[in-house]
Amino acid sequence: MNLADLWFVAIAVLWTGYFFLEGFDFGVGMLLPVLGRTDAERGALINTIGGVWDGNEVWLVVAAGATFAAFPLWYATMFSSLYVPFLVILVALIVRGVAFEFRGKGETQRWRTTWERLLVGGSLVPAVLWGVVFGTIVRGLPLDSEHHHRGGLGDLLTTHALVGGLVTLTLFLLHGALFLCLRTAGELRVRARRTATWIAPLTLLVVTVFLAWTQAQRGTTATAVIGALALLALIGAWALNRTRRAGAGFVFTGAVVVAVTATLFLSLYPAVLPSTIDPAYDLTVHNARSTDYTLVIMTWAAGIFLPIVLAYQAWTYWVFARRIGMGGMPAGSGQAEAPR
Amino acid sequence: MGQLDLARWQFGITTVYHFFFVPLTIGMAWVVAGFETAWVRTGNPSYRGLTMFFGRLFVIIFVLGTVTGIVQEFQFGMNWSEYSRFVGDVFGAPLAFEGLLAFFLESTFIGLWIFGWDRLGPRLHLATIYLVAIGSLVSAFFILTANSWMQHPVGFVFDRAERRAELTDFGAVLTNSTTLVAVFHTVSAAFLTAGAFVLGISAWQLWRRGHSQDAPVFRRAARAGMWMTLVAGVAVLVSGHTQGMIMTQQQPMKMAAAEALYHTEQPAAFSLITIGNLDGSREVWSLKVPGLLSFLATGSFDGRVEGIYDLQDRYVQQFGPGDYRPVIPVTYWTYRLMIGCGALAVAIAAIGLWLTRRGRQPSNPWFHRAAVASIVLPLLANSFGWIFTEMGRQPWIVWGQMRTAAGVSPTVGAGTVLTSMIVFTLLYGVLAAVGVLLLRRHAAAALASEEPEPEDGERPATFAY
Ligand code: HDD
Ligand code: HEM
Ligand code: HEM
Repeated sequence: MNLADLWFVAIAVLWTGYFFLEGFDFGVGMLLPVLGRTDAERGALINTIGGVWDGNEVWLVVAAGATFAAFPLWYATMFSSLYVPFLVILVALIVRGVAFEFRGKGETQRWRTTWERLLVGGSLVPAVLWGVVFGTIVRGLPLDSEHHHRGGLGDLLTTHALVGGLVTLTLFLLHGALFLCLRTAGELRVRARRTATWIAPLTLLVVTVFLAWTQAQRGTTATAVIGALALLALIGAWALNRTRRAGAGFVFTGAVVVAVTATLFLSLYPAVLPSTIDPAYDLTVHNARSTDYTLVIMTWAAGIFLPIVLAYQAWTYWVFARRIGMGGMPAGSGQAEAPR
Repeated sequence: MGQLDLARWQFGITTVYHFFFVPLTIGMAWVVAGFETAWVRTGNPSYRGLTMFFGRLFVIIFVLGTVTGIVQEFQFGMNWSEYSRFVGDVFGAPLAFEGLLAFFLESTFIGLWIFGWDRLGPRLHLATIYLVAIGSLVSAFFILTANSWMQHPVGFVFDRAERRAELTDFGAVLTNSTTLVAVFHTVSAAFLTAGAFVLGISAWQLWRRGHSQDAPVFRRAARAGMWMTLVAGVAVLVSGHTQGMIMTQQQPMKMAAAEALYHTEQPAAFSLITIGNLDGSREVWSLKVPGLLSFLATGSFDGRVEGIYDLQDRYVQQFGPGDYRPVIPVTYWTYRLMIGCGALAVAIAAIGLWLTRRGRQPSNPWFHRAAVASIVLPLLANSFGWIFTEMGRQPWIVWGQMRTAAGVSPTVGAGTVLTSMIVFTLLYGVLAAVGVLLLRRHAAAALASEEPEPEDGERPATFAY
């Protein structure tokens, strides 16, 4: 494997990490009005991700930064071509970030309700748009011989991309619900599990349609195998949730996120942004890459620091592993799950 | 306004806004770490009170810095795609390093700090805020490496076939003299900003609640802030002077523009203030200190400083026809305002130390007002400093290599950029209003006096959202 391929994998890993982690905190954000009936309950739900959402979001920052460094042309073309969705995502992420911080800092009910709504919207919008963005990338854009985007917003609104949006939406909802099963106790936990029960089949439907469609368009044997694994893991998560083993279920939805992201990147390869005008104009790992020198430096940095980051982020989750329940309900009531 | 101007305005607006929170984050992380250290070491509850009090303000500032930073990370690709293609091989690496080494550290451990009060032991908890503080310095280092490379590109070759800059010596990029002084200057300025913030907020507390039981504690905090402002002020002066000399070698046009110096002079005088139109044709009145510019620019009172006309001629020969002058009134005034606003804040701190010497309580309402103003002054000085640095580099986006006009995204229309500029400006406006409201409310609060209530196993008691 040469360095450019290695960095293609590294960037896929960074996006996967981002979707795995922020996936469930988007899910929790979206489920806020569904699961939290009282102010205190919503506070408890937010607190399950309060200490970690910011660290999760940095995966996105690093994915973007690494793309800039390893594939400058990919970074330049992707961000300028998908300008509008990225703008909307940015606005949503800004609103969401401050909503976490500001919600608990006001006195009135109206203040809290306002920030809660913004938190829900700020989670919902990117949860959908990430799927749309990646659906679009996999299909490709009208890039000319200079790799400049010759098209408009219409390129984004394909049905395939919209189904992609539904994939991330439902998958993140399910992932978030199962996360909540792990991190909450009592009534909240029961509700989270029930919600997961009806989201799971919907997710299965959408993911199946999307993966089959992508397979038909740019599939390879590898994507077929991994896609099938994604569906199996999804069925597994659903089944585990029904048998009340949400902890294992969460691991399975995590596996679905990993597998779906992997199929997307595998079906792209060796392109990073295909051209719908002429395959000769594709941006690929070979023509978008940085020099060997830069990639070697980046490889050293990632090889040393990514494991360190993973270690301390894992430690953070361990510190926050204790369940959050509601006053009056004995913590950890309901199904006993081995504390991680 | 065309797409180019709009993209520039958008970059300026979003970056300056981001940089209101950045210096406070960098400096306040150390302030909070300092108060918490004092508490862990002495067990004195008043330090715990100060840690919590300034910690709350810090968290609000931090999150605003974070959310506005993400825009910066995307913006290079969105609005400046040609620039990104050109520099990515060199410029991307520090950006990626920043994320990997600094942002992960800052964001993960700030979460632990906020939510870990009752889950981590006191020493471990203290360690988390130090990691945040170190992360913020590492982040400043890498982003300034990237920026300094644009000011003074080193360690690369220009590849004609690929039409881009390619990295050949990462060590040279990291140890760029421009970077080292910029880090020194920017970080000193950040400490000055945080010192003045502590000073201003504490003075405001004393003013409003001067007879409460918290007063002695805030008095001590105010004095700590004053000392910090003063010491950082000296560092800012020293680093600024060093930076001026390096800048004169690397970007002489910027120094000439800072001074509106049209004709080469030796020795050159520094004009404190000018009334006139600064276009070199006519000067109505100007207050000058003889020899000072020579000293600032070269370190000697009779050094030679090149003027704008000579430099313009030289660059035309070197780079071909074009206008190599930045917007002179902007560089001239921002340079002075940077120094002036910062100096005023330092002066207020010095006066404050005098007024509060040996247990004295300043009763003068004039002083309290000035102290509160000292919160804003360094923030303005920082913005003026950046506007000077960036506009003084024009017309280059990468000095000597690429012009700003060549860096914009060719496929993004003016309407799109205008839309995003309006969206960000409005959003940032609302955030500023809410942020100031919250900061004001929390700055007016009393110090928490009791020990934290024991956690009931349900909600983290101390800092929960
Ligand atoms: C001298 C320091 C400095 C400068 C010049 C900049 N920043 Fe910044 N930035 C910081 C110092 C900093 C910081 C102190 O490290 C912040 C503030 C709050 C925080 O979390 O980190 C930050 C946050 C921050 C974040 C959010 C990180 C997170 O999610 O935790 C991003 C993506 C950026 N910045 C990116 C940029 C870019 C692309 C800049 C150039 C235009 C830039 N910053 C200028
Ligand atoms: C790594 C850090 C930075 C990089 C890479 C960077 C890069 C750029 C770029 C690409 C532009 C647009 C071209 C132009 O119009 O000049 C610009 C302009 C600008 N930047 Fe920076 N910048 C950085 C940091 C900052 C910071 C921290 C500030 C201040 C808060 C700042 C203030 C400005 C301003 C005010 C402009 C507008 C100048 C103009 O309109 O001519 N920059 N910079
Ligand atoms: C005697 C006082 C000062 C001197 C001589 C001085 C000098 C300079 C110079 C020469 C630059 C331009 C560097 C370049 O473009 O290469 C600069 C930039 C800057 N200054 Fe100052 N400065 C002073 C005070 C201050 C104060 C009080 C602050 C803020 C509190 C400040 C904040 C900044 C910032 C943020 C920048 C842009 C970042 C950088 O290039 O380092 N400066 N200063």
